[in-house]
Amino acid sequence: MAIQAMLNTSEMAVSDEMAVQITGMNKWYGTFHVLRDINMTVQKGERIVICGPSGSGKSTLIRCINRLEEHQQGQIIVDGTELTSDLKNIDKVRSEVGMVFQHFNLFPHLTILENLTLAPIWVRKTPKKEAEETAMYFLGKVKIPEQAHKYPGQLSGGQQQRVAIARSLCMKPRIMLFDEPTSALDPEMIKEVLDTMIDLAKEGMTMLCVTHEMGFAQAVANRVIFMDQGQIVEQNEPKEFFNNPKSERTKLFLSQILGH
Amino acid sequence: MAIASDMPKPVFRLGMLIYDTRYRTITIQVIVLLLTLIFAGWLVDNVRSNLALKGKDIDFSFLFRRAGYDIGQTLIPYNNDMTHARAAVVGLLNTLVVAVIGCILSTILGVVLGVLRLSKNWIVARLVMVYVELFRNIPLLLWIILVYVVLSETRPQPKDFKIVDGAAAAQMNLWNSIAITNRGTNIPAPLLDRPLPSPDWLPISASALAVIVLIIGSVLVNRLILRRAKVVQEATGLRPTTWWQSLAVLFVPTAGLLMVMGFHLDYPVLTGFNFKGGLNVAHAFTALTLALTLYYASVTAEIVRSGIQAVSRGQSEASYALGLRPGRTMNLVVLPQALRVIIPPMISQWLSLTKDTSLGIAVSYLDLRGTLGGITLNQTGRELECMLLMMLIYLIISLIISAVANAYNASVKLKER
Amino acid sequence: MQFVRTQMLAPLSPPITERGAVKWLRENLFSGGLNSALTLLAAATLYYLATLSLPWLLHGVWKANSLSECRTIIAANFGPDAGGACWAVIRARWYQFIYGFYPPEIYWRPILNFGLLFVAMTPILFSDNPASAAKLVGVVAVLTVIMLALAQGPVWLFVLCGAIMAGCFLLATIAPARLLPVTAVYPFATVWLLWGGSVWGPLMAMLGFVILAAVYRLLSPRFGVVVATATGFVIACIWWVALQGYVSGALQSIIPLAVQPVESDKFGGFLLAFLIGVSSISISLPIGILLALGRQSDMLLIKSLSVGFIEFVRGVPLITMLFVASLLLQYFLPPQVQFDLILRVVILVTLFSAAYNAEVIRGGLASLPKGQFEAADGLGLDYWQSQRLIIMPQALKVSIPGIVSTFIGLFKDTTLVTFVGLAEPLRGVTTIVRADINWKGIYWEPYLFVGAIFFVTCFGMSLYSLYLERKLKTDHR
Repeated sequence: MAIQAMLNTSEMAVSDEMAVQITGMNKWYGTFHVLRDINMTVQKGERIVICGPSGSGKSTLIRCINRLEEHQQGQIIVDGTELTSDLKNIDKVRSEVGMVFQHFNLFPHLTILENLTLAPIWVRKTPKKEAEETAMYFLGKVKIPEQAHKYPGQLSGGQQQRVAIARSLCMKPRIMLFDEPTSALDPEMIKEVLDTMIDLAKEGMTMLCVTHEMGFAQAVANRVIFMDQGQIVEQNEPKEFFNNPKSERTKLFLSQILGH
Repeated sequence: MAIASDMPKPVFRLGMLIYDTRYRTITIQVIVLLLTLIFAGWLVDNVRSNLALKGKDIDFSFLFRRAGYDIGQTLIPYNNDMTHARAAVVGLLNTLVVAVIGCILSTILGVVLGVLRLSKNWIVARLVMVYVELFRNIPLLLWIILVYVVLSETRPQPKDFKIVDGAAAAQMNLWNSIAITNRGTNIPAPLLDRPLPSPDWLPISASALAVIVLIIGSVLVNRLILRRAKVVQEATGLRPTTWWQSLAVLFVPTAGLLMVMGFHLDYPVLTGFNFKGGLNVAHAFTALTLALTLYYASVTAEIVRSGIQAVSRGQSEASYALGLRPGRTMNLVVLPQALRVIIPPMISQWLSLTKDTSLGIAVSYLDLRGTLGGITLNQTGRELECMLLMMLIYLIISLIISAVANAYNASVKLKER
Repeated sequence: MQFVRTQMLAPLSPPITERGAVKWLRENLFSGGLNSALTLLAAATLYYLATLSLPWLLHGVWKANSLSECRTIIAANFGPDAGGACWAVIRARWYQFIYGFYPPEIYWRPILNFGLLFVAMTPILFSDNPASAAKLVGVVAVLTVIMLALAQGPVWLFVLCGAIMAGCFLLATIAPARLLPVTAVYPFATVWLLWGGSVWGPLMAMLGFVILAAVYRLLSPRFGVVVATATGFVIACIWWVALQGYVSGALQSIIPLAVQPVESDKFGGFLLAFLIGVSSISISLPIGILLALGRQSDMLLIKSLSVGFIEFVRGVPLITMLFVASLLLQYFLPPQVQFDLILRVVILVTLFSAAYNAEVIRGGLASLPKGQFEAADGLGLDYWQSQRLIIMPQALKVSIPGIVSTFIGLFKDTTLVTFVGLAEPLRGVTTIVRADINWKGIYWEPYLFVGAIFFVTCFGMSLYSLYLERKLKTDHR
């Protein structure tokens, strides 16, 4: 595969430091048990792809990591900070963890540049000029510096998603979460976003990515986690996961998304 | 040039007036224009023959004759020797004062209610919902009349406030500063011991003018402070704390000026059978303002609720994910977007409120309708002139407000592909 | 690194602190300091309101002849300091609140008319929901019969009206669409039932519309909608203005069919409010649609006339429009023309709400994707066909909440007719009641009663609009 050639996973350094550690985590929506006994660790520099059928709790899981969702039992430690109802911890985690959403969620009333500098200015207390320089740097990295003074509504979906990635990067996060970043895009725009994500992976960013792009998983991931019914059913390195799935559920899922 | 000579010359036929799209619109418009002119001519002719039959003419000179009636609440000097025009201006100001106070209060109350309506607190959200439905589904007129009747029929007479044998039948409210009697509400009046000398040519007193100028100045200085804070933030990243500076700038100079001029409150005191001193606010004013406020607060609450709901959850989630606190998220992300949805219907509510001040007729409040369209009309018998003038004035107010709304809409329109 | 789950975990129920009443209370009432404070504040407000109003409501007296008698009864039953509601005033003046000064011996006419109103509305309100239609007509038929029984008319009338309502119910259950003719005849039946007089007047007026429709049918295939309508309208006008009076007079002298006439100043109470409300609502919608189309039109003259009218009407308070009806309209009509105050008020209220409807519908039109207009053109439909078949159904669907809230506003605004001397229930009737020596000093009870009826009607309308919105939520998202 072309992408695979670009990135040899074994070369990438994975440190022993923990980026995310989740132990015995449970979550309920009302009486619905949405996440069941989740145990997982992510090392710094690791790139994890989470997949599974819809409604399996994969989005909920990564939304718990920056506490957009509350968990009710168990422990989540992100970069050494435990997520509790303590606001200080939540602030700390959120400023260290970037997130990219399925529907981009750019702020439509601000220009691209303002979208990118908002959080650095108000959260990181960066001087405006410096924030704008950083923003332009990252816009350059996602290859749309010329759009800086336009509004999100004037950009295509793929461009918007790249802006959203740049917006997260401007906060210099240590971990990036991707929640189905390509599901809302037209096919011809998926590649430009995936390319951006691959570039990011090359630089050693710790990434947790909910996606159905199996090519991306094979090319970039250190590990693939398969979830079903709110629990982790199987995890393995990509080659093993795709070529030799162990669980029946995994086999069924893979046959459904790769079968046609 | 063979082709050109083959082209048939366009021949005009009468049927084309109806069937040809080029002429059709013109034909229709000409017919409509004719009909409109005939209709207008018919109306004018009717007015003329009716006026002739009644022996009247159209004449606005009555505006400059002596009005001869008193108005209870006057914001500018007025007595019954002044002209009908002056009375109309007094009425217009009475309309505007209720409108302005009503708009401000209903907006404040409505915003609070709209936010509470979205609260996660079940009981509070339900209470607000009941409030909104109650006021939205019952005529405004009922609230005006009810408040008025309750005030003027349940409140004690002034003489009941008299202390007889160490006890009074009725108590004043708010540390003996306000007395609500069946004849009106007596509130403390702001008075100055050493007012600034007012030249004759000023329509309002120099002291009031000075206070207004000072307040405007303070607001401008405050904006300077905020702008400087922004500049500092942009340069260093750290926003200086400004709230105490703002507070000082906004309030200290005005307070100082008032102190210099010897500002004090003149409390209403019961003397004999009535209250002396202070201001007597007529129940008509209170009822109208209060009912308009309560009613339009319910409308505003719904506008605010739907405006905030119109900003998708993803917006605040994205903001949280970037590390912005809920307060900042509200200020920087949700409100700027919600306001675009909220302000246009809000302005049209303010317009409706302004027009609904004319319901003061139910409690005999002398607003523009009460003076120009009421007593003046009845005294002079100039129905046509008074009504036309009154409608014109209302129309001008409305057009000004809609012009503001349109300008706002144009300025905040989201840019899209 | 590797992990395979061999045994799937069964769902567990949430821990005790996360479920049931405890969780509900914690999340909904006591999720934080501010929230708890709000809860307590709300509870205190509720408690205060309850202590203020509950005893008063519970001590209510229904049978008495005057306010002082009420007070005596309450004092005797609940102690001298107890307050209580004196509902007896509603009971004593019930008929005045409902009918104003309408002659009591012919109450059956407004009652039957009220029943028929719902029958006439059914095919429009529940066009594709026969079950609801039958239910509504059934309930209304029963209510009408009960009201007729209470009104104490002659037995044969009771039987006749009961039979009419039963027939309508039967029709609604078997074939609701067959009720449409009732809807078409209803406006003329209303005029005849309420105002009385010769049956030929309304019948011949109806004939004018039949003429209009016939001319339209005849001409529209050949000359197009506009010409056909205009010609039909002109011919109908000639009929109404020049011929109708003579014909109905002649018919009346040949076959005298008439009931006791009732003057307009006898109308009052909720009869008046509903009369003005319903007629203005039903006429203002089509006018509103035309105005909205006019405002969207490419023809400059039509557009500016529409804009001018809409902005003028929306710029002045309704009260001034009502004063125009009572004071100025006579100036603009030929000197010998005198027509009824209620009719004048209905016309101006209709024009007033038509302007508001036009703006709401314009919003609906603006929200339609441009493709819809192009698709309609592409199908080869002419202007009126594409408006009727494609554009308007969608625009109206989008505008329903706005239209219904205009209607609610209009119905509430019928109270303003009190200022031109009509005895509507809120201020007109209540003032008369409060002026009675027996009921002097009463205020909460009549206003609460009138307010409650307005609340039920308006809230009902907004519930219906929610029902419609849900039913029509088929597209565009």
